[in-house]
Amino acid sequence: MYRSSIITTTRSRLTTRFISNPSYNRIVLTNRLYNTTTTTSTTTANVAISQHEPNKTTKIPSWHNIDKFTHELSFMQHLCDISKAYRVMDHTGKILKSEHDPKLSKETILGWYQHMWTLHTMDEILYEAQRQGRISFYMTHYGEEAMIGSAAALESQDVVYGQYREAFMLLYRGFTIDDCMNQCFSNTLDGGKGRQMPVHYGSKEHNFQTISSPLGTQIPQAAGAAYALKLNGDKQAVTICYFGEGAASEGDFHAGLNMAATLNCPVIFFCRNNGFAISTPSSEQYKGDGIAPRGIGYGIDTVCVDGNDAFAVYNATKAARAIAINENKPVLIEAMTYRVGHHSTSDDSTKYRDRKEVEERAKFDNPITRLRRYMELQEGWWDQQKEDELRKEIRKTVLTKFSPAEKIPKPGLQELFNDVYDEITPSLALQRDELDQLIKKYPEYYTTHEYASSSLK
Amino acid sequence: QKRGYAATTTQPNDGIQQGVAYSHLLKRGPEDALRNPELAHISAVNGETTKMNLFQAVNDAMSIALATDENSVVFGEDVSFGGVFRATTGLAEKFGKDRVFNTPLTEQGIAGFAIGMAAVGHTAIAEIQFADYIFPAFDQLVNEAAKYRYRSGNQFNVGGLTVRAPCSAVGHGGHYHSQSPEAFFAHCPGLKIVSPRSPIQAKGLLLASIRDRNPVIFFEPKNLYRAAVEEVPVADYELPLGKAEILKKGKDVTIVGYGAQMYTLENAIQLAEKKMPGLSCELIDLRTIMPWDVDTVVESVNKTGRLVIAHEAPKSSGMGAEISSTIMERCFLRLEAPIQRVCGWDTPFPLIFEKFYMPSMIRCFDAIKTSVNY
Repeated sequence: MYRSSIITTTRSRLTTRFISNPSYNRIVLTNRLYNTTTTTSTTTANVAISQHEPNKTTKIPSWHNIDKFTHELSFMQHLCDISKAYRVMDHTGKILKSEHDPKLSKETILGWYQHMWTLHTMDEILYEAQRQGRISFYMTHYGEEAMIGSAAALESQDVVYGQYREAFMLLYRGFTIDDCMNQCFSNTLDGGKGRQMPVHYGSKEHNFQTISSPLGTQIPQAAGAAYALKLNGDKQAVTICYFGEGAASEGDFHAGLNMAATLNCPVIFFCRNNGFAISTPSSEQYKGDGIAPRGIGYGIDTVCVDGNDAFAVYNATKAARAIAINENKPVLIEAMTYRVGHHSTSDDSTKYRDRKEVEERAKFDNPITRLRRYMELQEGWWDQQKEDELRKEIRKTVLTKFSPAEKIPKPGLQELFNDVYDEITPSLALQRDELDQLIKKYPEYYTTHEYASSSLK
Repeated sequence: QKRGYAATTTQPNDGIQQGVAYSHLLKRGPEDALRNPELAHISAVNGETTKMNLFQAVNDAMSIALATDENSVVFGEDVSFGGVFRATTGLAEKFGKDRVFNTPLTEQGIAGFAIGMAAVGHTAIAEIQFADYIFPAFDQLVNEAAKYRYRSGNQFNVGGLTVRAPCSAVGHGGHYHSQSPEAFFAHCPGLKIVSPRSPIQAKGLLLASIRDRNPVIFFEPKNLYRAAVEEVPVADYELPLGKAEILKKGKDVTIVGYGAQMYTLENAIQLAEKKMPGLSCELIDLRTIMPWDVDTVVESVNKTGRLVIAHEAPKSSGMGAEISSTIMERCFLRLEAPIQRVCGWDTPFPLIFEKFYMPSMIRCFDAIKTSVNY
C-alpha cells in the first residue's frame, strides 16, 4: 500500500519515535534533550575457541550488535515497523495531542504563515514570468510549504545544503524577495553573478550553500561540512541537507549517509518524499518502505513525519538537531508530502498523472490551509478579513519587486572569466582579450547593451 | 643470470639506460639539493636536509600541513594505519584519529566529504587509493569542486581541497593500477592538476597544493614512491604551481614531460646525445599539468624550433594534444619539424604487454631522432 496515504498519529507514549535500531528501540524525546550519554561500540578481540565445545563460537567482528546464530533458515522482510508518519495536527488544524503542540507564539506562527504565502505567491508570479519568456526557468514549491517548520527549528549558524526546492529556508533566514528575483533574472545584484540557472540560490550571509543541479551531490558534502563543524569543538552547529526521494537513489546518498554514520557527523538528512521524481512515481523509485528504513540500515536514528504538517516537521527537526548536537551523530527525517506543482517549467505533469488527483491533494491536504485552520481555531488569531488583507498585501509586494529586478542590467562581461580560479590564469586572460576583440569587431552581432559596463565593451 | 624480483633498476640498454636510483635528476647531497634557486630562501634560514624517498616526502609535507594548520585533516581508505603506500605513516598517532582517519570504501563519498569540509573553511587532504579509482568521484570533482567558486559568484569556494592519488605505471599494475587520468581533469576549468617527479618536488608542490586556494588533484607516480631518493630540505617550503622547470638547457630540441616520464626522457636524451654528437636537448618538467606553463614551453620552442612531448597516458586527447596544438598556434613560424607525441597507445593499460605499451626510452629516443632529422 502506498505509504503517504496512510499517515496516522503515532500511538506510542509521549515521544517522537526516532527508530534507532532493529530491536524496536523507542527513544523518548524528552529524555533525549537532557540525557547526553553516548554509547561507544567496543570491538571484541576474535578469540579462538576449542572446536570441541559445541555451543561456543568466535565472535564475528563485523557484527557490531549481534552475536547470535539461529537454526532456522528465514529471510528477513521487515526490520521494524517504521511506516507511520508522525503527525501533530490533522488537516482541519486540530492538535491531536496537546503535549505535542509546540505552543509557539501568535507572532511566530503568523510569521510562518506569511513566509508560506510569500513563497506561494512568488512561485505563482515567477512561474508566469517564465511562461511569458521573461525568465528562462523556474521551479515551484506547491504542496511543500510546510517545510518552513524545519527552517524554524534550526539556528542561524546551522549550515544548509539544499537540492532546489528549499527557498522556504532562505525566506525564513531573511533572504529577500528581491534576492530571489535578482537570481532568477541573472542581474548584477545576483550574488551568483548570473552564472547559474534560476532557483539556484546561494547566500554566504544566510549560511545557505549555493544550489547545484547535479542530484545528491550535496549529501556527502553535508556530512563533510558537519564533520568540520564538529572539529570546531563548540557543539553549536549542525548541517541540514535536503533532498528528494528520487535523489536518494543516487550513489551519493549511500556514500553520504554511510560516511556520516561511521564518522559521527552532526548532520540532519531531510528527505522530501513528494511521490514523484519528474514523471517517475515513487513506486518506480524504490521497492522498500520509502527512504526511512534505509536510515536504520546505516545505523542512523530515523523518523518519518507528515510533511504537510508544519508542527510535525518543526518538532522532528528540533528533536533531530538536539540528537545531532548532543550525540554527534546523523539523523534522517523523511517528510511525506505531495508535489502539487509540475516538476519545473520544462515539465507538464498532466502527461503522467491525473489532474484530478493533484487537485484533490491541493484541496484536501494543503499545508498552508492546515496552518490557517490551526490559527482560526485559536481565539482571535485569524479570520477571513485578515486572510484577504494578507494575501493582497503579499501579492502587491511581490509584484512591485518584479519589474525593477527585470530592468537591472546583467553582470559585466568580465564576470564570464572571473572566479573560475581564485585568480585569473594567463590563458584565461588571453581568452578574455580574444572575446574583447570579437565584440569590438562584430558589434552588430554581440549586442551588449543589457550588460553592465566593463572592460569588455 | 639470476632473475631479480621487483627490481627498481632496469637493464642497461646500450650502456645508457639507468634506473631511477642512478638518475642525475635526483639531488644526492645537501649542497646539490639547496643549489636550487627556488629553495634559496630556505637554504639561508635552515640548510638542513634529510634523505627521503617520495612517499616519505609526501608524508613529511602532510605532517607539516597538519602541524601548521589546525583546520587541516587527512583521510581516505586505509590512511589510519599509514596507507597502502605508507604515505600517511605515523600521522594518525601524531595528530589524532579525528584529524587523520579512515573513511568507508567510497570514492564519491570521499570527494564529496572533502568538498563539504573545504566549503566551510577547513583544509581537506583526501586520498584516493589509486588514480584508477578516481572515476566514481568524477562527478564530485568535475561538477562540484571545480565549479564551486564560479557558480556561487565567489561566495563559497573549496580552495582548501586537495585530492592525492597514486598514478601511472608500476610494472605489473594492469588495467586498474596503472592509469594516468590527468587529461580527463585537464579538460575541466576550475581544477588544478599537479604531478611531481621527485621527493624534493613532491614535498614542495604538495605543500603548495594544500595551501593553494583552488581545488588541486595531486597525482603521485607510484613507481617512484620507493625508487626516487633525494636529500630533501627539512624546512617548510613550497614550490610554485603553474610553473614548469627547465632541468637541462639545450638548443636543438625541446622535450616536455612530467611525473615518472622525466626519467625515461633523461635516458632518451643521454642516448640521443651519445648517438648524435653535437646534439643538445632542452628538458622541461611541466610539474603543473593544469593550468600549464605555456610561456616557458613557448620560449623554449621558439629557441629550438622542435618539440617532443611524452606521457604515459593514451595519445588521443591526452595532455600532449593540448600542448602540441597550443605550441603550433604560438610558435608556428619557428617550428622546424612536426611536433612529436610519444604516449601510451590508445588501448587500456595492459598487464603482460606493459613494456611494449610504454612510451619507453627507445620510443622517446626515436621521436627525438625523427624531430632533429626532419
